[in-house]
Amino acid sequence: MLADHAADAPILRLDRITKTFPGVKALSEVQLALYPGQVTALIGENGAGKSTLVKVLTGIYQPDGGQITVDGTPVSFPTAQDAAAHGITAIHQETVLFDDLTVAENIFLGHAPKGRFGLIDTAAQRRMARDLLDSIGAEIDPDTRLRDLGIASKHLVAISRALSIDARVVVMDEPTAALSHKEIHELYDLVEQLKSQGKAILFISHKFDEIFKIADRYTVFRDGQFVADGRIADVTEGDLVKMMVGREVDQIFPKRTPNIGAEVLEVVGYSHPTEFADIGFTLRAGEILGFYGLVGAGRSEFMQALFGITKPSKGVTKIDGQIRVIRSPAEAVNAGIVYVPEDRGLQGAIRPLPIFQNVTLASLNRTPRKGFINLANEFALAREYTKRLDLRAASLDTPVGNLSGGNQQKVVIAKWLATQPKVIILDEPTKGIDIGSKAAVHDFMAELASQGLAVIMVSSEIPEVLGMSDRVIVMRDGRMVAEVSGPEMTPETLVRHAAGIAEATL
Amino acid sequence: MKQLIKSREAILTAAIVVLLGLIATRFPAFVTPGNLAAVFNDTSPLIILAIGQMIVILTKCIDLSVAATLALTGMVCAMINVAAPGVPVFVIVAVAIGMGMALGAFNGVLTWKLGIPPIVVTLGTMTIYRGIIFLISDGKWVNSHEMTPAFKALPRVAFLGLPALSWLAIAIILIAFVAMTRTTLGRAFFAVGGNPHAAVYTGINVGRTQFWAFVASGGLAGLTGYLWVSRYAVAYVDIALGFELDVVAACVIGGIAISGGIGSVGGAVLGAIFLGVIKNALPVVNISPFWQMAISGSAIIIAIAVNTRAGRSKGRVILKKTEAEA
Repeated sequence: MLADHAADAPILRLDRITKTFPGVKALSEVQLALYPGQVTALIGENGAGKSTLVKVLTGIYQPDGGQITVDGTPVSFPTAQDAAAHGITAIHQETVLFDDLTVAENIFLGHAPKGRFGLIDTAAQRRMARDLLDSIGAEIDPDTRLRDLGIASKHLVAISRALSIDARVVVMDEPTAALSHKEIHELYDLVEQLKSQGKAILFISHKFDEIFKIADRYTVFRDGQFVADGRIADVTEGDLVKMMVGREVDQIFPKRTPNIGAEVLEVVGYSHPTEFADIGFTLRAGEILGFYGLVGAGRSEFMQALFGITKPSKGVTKIDGQIRVIRSPAEAVNAGIVYVPEDRGLQGAIRPLPIFQNVTLASLNRTPRKGFINLANEFALAREYTKRLDLRAASLDTPVGNLSGGNQQKVVIAKWLATQPKVIILDEPTKGIDIGSKAAVHDFMAELASQGLAVIMVSSEIPEVLGMSDRVIVMRDGRMVAEVSGPEMTPETLVRHAAGIAEATL
Repeated sequence: MKQLIKSREAILTAAIVVLLGLIATRFPAFVTPGNLAAVFNDTSPLIILAIGQMIVILTKCIDLSVAATLALTGMVCAMINVAAPGVPVFVIVAVAIGMGMALGAFNGVLTWKLGIPPIVVTLGTMTIYRGIIFLISDGKWVNSHEMTPAFKALPRVAFLGLPALSWLAIAIILIAFVAMTRTTLGRAFFAVGGNPHAAVYTGINVGRTQFWAFVASGGLAGLTGYLWVSRYAVAYVDIALGFELDVVAACVIGGIAISGGIGSVGGAVLGAIFLGVIKNALPVVNISPFWQMAISGSAIIIAIAVNTRAGRSKGRVILKKTEAEA
């Protein structure tokens, strides 16, 4: 730690914290110190381990190794209540509060003031809530139902709740992600106020401008490992970006010589009233086009519109030069576009149905006798594509729910390939899977492209985007901000465009 | 899971056989072929309705308005017969099916386009349809002597020793079996209930599929409405009152998962027959109607307990991976 703060001992210190999930080391001997009256920014790419750290801090996950100390005393947080009892509280990205309770009830849920007979003293609860809200300058009626508040007001309620348990450490996980410009400034004021009360604040954000505005210190994580920490005053944005992304190439991507063919897909001027605007690009057969951006940049939203799940306000899709109107997923599949969504558990396989029915589900409408199924043809189709994906299962009659996660994924991909698509959209294809499976997915993606399929890959992992794509489109706040290819494809360029940092600062 | 359903059908068949065996010890005449055929005939309306309900439940919906649909269609059929005795019976049957489908379509549209939960929609239409019967009939009965002989005869026409009512039920079982296993719409019913999100991405319109499930259930309820009124030769506001609960019970006993996506035509049919045997046998062996209700109720709870146990997963396989990690 820095010498000039030696006297100023941290409230909370994490030392050599390790957390392993099956197949993934989410945190590897990381350290973090939070000081009273100071804001520490935690910086790292998606998947760097920030969320895991927050969960360890708040008692939701138990670390496998390492030590947490509060005021120099070793502690452990077996439950979320234990973390709260030590004065640690978190305000999450999507506030975890109860929509149908009132503001006062939300603030005091679990530690409400009790009156006679151990019943909740609602009058005292309301009064105390009023005082807390006043203290942070929030003009919110404690009797309002939370449902009726905007997201910024909900944050204020969450902060009041944090104050009500006399928190000393406040974790803010991307608190500004859903706020308007004005609301963000009100939040900054509040952070200043918390600082002046001597609270230690951990501020997680992807936005460099706000980190430089309110943080006193920084800690950088990369791939679950501690990289560096120090005082914000001593670094520039460029330094932080380099710490964030600067890595040895520790993942090997399949070598491929792109065999790029004719133009398959052209998108012109796709816009949506609230989610994205002016998206336009072309895609050729055999090409892998990466879509990079911060979480919430509108990439998945655009893909869902392209696939016909949501309706764009304007825009044109051309397949093989022909304009195709896509108003539903069925029309997208017919036009030759398929979408493998991010959450394969929720959106992928139909678990009670057997393998063969899952594989053929999206292709049934193209059977010769429309509306009727020929079981022999159906089995033949299922056998062909399960064989192609090397899916080993006792029988094609097995319900998909009985298969392992990897095999379920193969079933989902087989389903899409069976429709013989021209364009395949893969949304975060390797999110949450271990390194070995990642490599398999990457090989497979390369194989698809080499067979002449046009691939769109949405990914938030820079190595994957750079390792797999022939070209990368970067999105920020619902717009395309850059299209890079060849030597321009560097980690710094992507991060700079995605976070909106001017070139001069690097 | 498919093996499981198969075995569940086997269990149910075994349960029915054991039940018949028990009854035979007290009242051997019950298990004569002639009487069993009569029991099947008596259970036919329940079988037809249970098949419709099964389709609806498969898509994560429920149709509480089946009995009211049945009663309303039955009343309309009876009134047409009274007002225009010359209208041939096959026209009346077509009207019954068409009207049932229209009433089902109304449920379906409310669910699909307005996004109202099906249990609320059909609870509402159940009351509305009963109310309409009262409005069009002024609460009066249509009695046997007002109906034409042809109108009353159809369910009773015997063919190869079985009445037409039984044959209709058998035909519907076969059609439903083919529709559920060999058509894209049948497959869509399973997909929509099994994982609605995945179904959307596969290009299946979830709302429209649910709509067709309601139309199917309504159509079958409409047909049953004519059969019911002509068989009992009477139509009034309260016919088949509360029968929707028997229909749902038959589905649950037959292993149709209330959460959707799991079920079979065979299960629905066996569930209906199980209830039908209980209802027909208990009075014969001199057990009071209150016991009948308790036994039906117990059968439902036992069936749900079996379903839940079977559906519970054995926990995720994590251990092996951790070993590999270490």
